[in-house]
Amino acid sequence: MILTVRKRLALTTLAAFVLQVLPLPSWLATIRPPFAVIAVIFWSLIAPRVGGVGLGFLVGLALDVYRGVIFGQHALALAFVAYITARQHLIVRNKTMFEQTLFVALMVVAYETLTWSIDGFTGHATGGWMRWLPVLVAPLLWPLTASWQAHENRARR
Amino acid sequence: MSNAAASRNIPTRGAAAGLRFFGYALLALALMWIDQRGGWLDSVRFALQAAAYPLQMALASPAAAWQWTRATFEQREALQSENAALRARIRELELLALRRADLERENRELRNLRLAAADVASQWLTTRVIAEDLNRLRQRYTVDRGAMHGVRKGQAVIAGAGLIGQALRVGPWSTEVILLSDPEHAVPVQIVRTGQRTLALGTGREGELTLPLLPLQTDVREGDLLVTSGLGGVFPAGYPVATVSRVRRDGGSPLAQVEARSTAKIDRDRVVAFLWFKPAHPAAPAPALTPR
Repeated sequence: MILTVRKRLALTTLAAFVLQVLPLPSWLATIRPPFAVIAVIFWSLIAPRVGGVGLGFLVGLALDVYRGVIFGQHALALAFVAYITARQHLIVRNKTMFEQTLFVALMVVAYETLTWSIDGFTGHATGGWMRWLPVLVAPLLWPLTASWQAHENRARR
Repeated sequence: MSNAAASRNIPTRGAAAGLRFFGYALLALALMWIDQRGGWLDSVRFALQAAAYPLQMALASPAAAWQWTRATFEQREALQSENAALRARIRELELLALRRADLERENRELRNLRLAAADVASQWLTTRVIAEDLNRLRQRYTVDRGAMHGVRKGQAVIAGAGLIGQALRVGPWSTEVILLSDPEHAVPVQIVRTGQRTLALGTGREGELTLPLLPLQTDVREGDLLVTSGLGGVFPAGYPVATVSRVRRDGGSPLAQVEARSTAKIDRDRVVAFLWFKPAHPAAPAPALTPR
């Protein structure tokens, strides 16, 4: 059975969301890759018409609700990431895996910078350098999405 | 297929995508502004917390199932020895309770204070931790009791060995508990040995607190017990909070650098309790000075 793009998108994004909020021991949580962010980047890159700014906003809002932080924080950050990715998807998709990985790192930097600034503006704890670990961890995961990218490209042909 | 067509690699029109992002960004900013300004979104939060509850339970279930399995297959001998130990402990506590009743009576006579008769806590509600969020930015538990069970915002939460935090956001069936070690949490404490009062702040590391407001020459040593001072209007006085684990005195700084470890094991306690106390009791929290 082949699922439609929308269903695949919904299922993988939900799985990524669960992985991102799953309770883990502290040390594991610190180095946990931002799965939901990667899912949003992935789908904004592969199917910018289906997943894009709207997807980023929804996933972000879900994160805000689940974590109990200020409404709109992750929504804004992820909508921004999705917007840039969807905007540049034709360029980024034709890059080598290494260059794509750099792009993902840059997007995670943008995401963390936005949430970090909002934490600061609203008077919450902003954390030390460990907050920026996802910038290193997320790109490590990106090459793993390569086979799926190929699969998605084939499915659409 | 229409879905496939929708996702075909057609470049999005820049202006339309930009406009859409602008709209979403504006919406997000408006949400943040409203949320930060006032309590307008509190009822929304209450409802959403209820919606998140089943997901939290589902995510917590593998760990719960594992613990249940382990408990089920635990050796008979282990259970028997634990049973024996518990019986011994109960006898011990019964003796203590007898002695205490006597002391209470004596105290009442001596001080002629009816209020001192009973403990400051009038009621407990034990609850299970169903989700935890432990990192450098947030140290929170989500527990499976909420407004429907009478939990209120700001209520003190204790674990076996001492204070563990307070209720922060109360949903209908679940409550988010901010732990002592959350970097945004502060608890007014008192050093038992000297009576010195100060604040213990969270650090973002499990069970670790810092006392950043003690002058260099303060009499504080490793091993000193810190208890709640009863100031601040949240916690009753006299509950154990932490023991001082490290004291550093740098000539360069006017303040001593004091670290403490909470007496409750924050990464291990799966069952915690909400506390109700008698407002008229001498050890009840002093009302906060500034009205909210």
